[in-house]
Amino acid sequence: MTEFAQQLINGLSLGAIYALIALGYTMVYGVLRFINFAHSDVFMVGSFAGFYIGRGMPKESFATGFLALAGAMIVCAVLGVTIERLAYRPLRNRSKLTVLITAIGVSLLLENLGQFIFGAAPKAFPTLFPVHTFKLGGLVINSSQLVVLVVALALLGALQYIVLRTKVGTAMRAVSFNPQAASLVGINNDRIISFTFALGSALAAAGGILYSLNYQAIDPLMGVLPGLKAFVAAVLGGIGNIPGAALGGLLLGVVETFVNGSRFSTFTDAIAFAILIASLLFRPAGLLGKMQVEKV
Amino acid sequence: MLPRSQVALLSAIAMAGLLAACASRIDDYFALIISNIGINVILAVSLNLINGYTGQFSLGHAGFMAVGAYTAAAITMFGAPKFAPAFTQGAGVHALFPIALVGGGLAAALAGVLVGAPSLRLKGDYLAIVTLGFGEIIRVLFRNVDSLGGALGLNGIPAYTNLFWVYAFAALTVYVVVSMVNSTYGRGFLAVHDDEIAAEAMGINTTRYKITAFVVGAFFAGVAGGLYGHSILTIAPTGFDFMRSIEIVVMVILGGMGNTTGVIIAAVLLTLLPEGLRMLAGAPVSLPFSAPFNNLKWIAETRMIIYSLLVIVLMLARPQGMFSWTNRRATKPKV
Repeated sequence: MTEFAQQLINGLSLGAIYALIALGYTMVYGVLRFINFAHSDVFMVGSFAGFYIGRGMPKESFATGFLALAGAMIVCAVLGVTIERLAYRPLRNRSKLTVLITAIGVSLLLENLGQFIFGAAPKAFPTLFPVHTFKLGGLVINSSQLVVLVVALALLGALQYIVLRTKVGTAMRAVSFNPQAASLVGINNDRIISFTFALGSALAAAGGILYSLNYQAIDPLMGVLPGLKAFVAAVLGGIGNIPGAALGGLLLGVVETFVNGSRFSTFTDAIAFAILIASLLFRPAGLLGKMQVEKV
Repeated sequence: MLPRSQVALLSAIAMAGLLAACASRIDDYFALIISNIGINVILAVSLNLINGYTGQFSLGHAGFMAVGAYTAAAITMFGAPKFAPAFTQGAGVHALFPIALVGGGLAAALAGVLVGAPSLRLKGDYLAIVTLGFGEIIRVLFRNVDSLGGALGLNGIPAYTNLFWVYAFAALTVYVVVSMVNSTYGRGFLAVHDDEIAAEAMGINTTRYKITAFVVGAFFAGVAGGLYGHSILTIAPTGFDFMRSIEIVVMVILGGMGNTTGVIIAAVLLTLLPEGLRMLAGAPVSLPFSAPFNNLKWIAETRMIIYSLLVIVLMLARPQGMFSWTNRRATKPKV
């Protein structure tokens, strides 16, 4: 029983990170109807930004930790907007395949630039937050796991507030619902799309730092697997659906942690894809998504 | 009198024989590069059938290649010595190797059906991700099969690959893909590419066409995998990762999706490019005003950066590919 609870906590903290990344995929899909392959590499850049900011900090405390987090989020928000402006915006009315290939190209570019600039060898991630270990009955809870959960939940709450309660969030939902109609009522679609990229990329940066706090080693290709898994989470929850992405992330994190703890641990990486294929086959709209009919 | 395309196929195979006859005079290093060019041509042309002509963006070609490589290696390393030892020496090898290659191809084709059948209901981005996921699953599976070497892979594969087999199969691949696409039946691939819904409305069984494309493409990827394994003599799951698939995709994009000639040119160029850069990196340069370029090692290091920039710039400026001079089937905007 304690082991079960322990695995559940580990799984939730991993799942919260997947959820943060998945939100970026799902929001961009919502407004542009395409999968931003480069998102997983924005996540990597976020980790490296946190690494360089954190290394410059004198001593770890909650204040410096949050400062590094905020810094990385700003860096990635700028990066996300730049990518959208340079690579995706000129392709707005082109075929989906062209945009998809460009996104893969941007992803590769970031990975290889990362290897060129940061070096391919893994780096040890600094402890940004003070570390304590709490013992609760038989449970061992690491403070960085708590930080992950708290930060992730706070960001999810903030996002929910922005999307549902603010003017720009309403505009986002309008663009996602019907871009033509949105521009007819005076919404600047390009601006909203830029904002969506900034928001999604900032969340990816937060996810990157939280991930690195847990795994403590970062390298330029670190984004590939978590990125793919977060995408699976977004599809599982229903792509384009914000609460769905959060739910999918948490579910995937928990399932993966339990598989990792079982004797099938070497198959962990395959599990996510098996879930993806199963969910696309049996419920292509995702757990919380609505089935849409394609109109000609 | 045979049709022209078959004459071309036969003469290409004869050329392959001629090339193989001269192989002993070629430096080993160059022979390896020439053989890699042939293998990449097979991979790129077969992927072009799926990604280019049929318009189903697949990122799992390395997975099919892995299935073929492992199956062919298993046949020549374990199967043949046990059940037909006569084939493992002397002239028997010449019969065993094509059987192993076709066996690898068939196994990959079977994998093509397994991936194709469920996932071809998906479109565009989803298909790309599922095929990518499939490639990863294949790798994880091979890593967990101890009899196939696990994470270390298979070592000591017999060196059966020679230039004749590589170029004979390359010619066969080009022949099959070109003949298929240019036949009456093959118009269906282009119809699926151009507009799936319209094709369906015209009574074309789009799923069947997609699966056919996957099966044929996977078959030749499997053959290429077998050739690759028997050429570098050791295969490991890490050799068939996502980056390998991307390399093949870049060849197809650079050459122009749905343009076999362009794709062949791109496959040749992209195989030669890293070798050329490596040579440049080794050679001392003493040009006037070349101080920043005296050490060309940085070019070799930036190869992948150049590739990815090339993909982005091509998509922005020339989506029909570098070597498509006619704009006949450039991707049109969809509303």
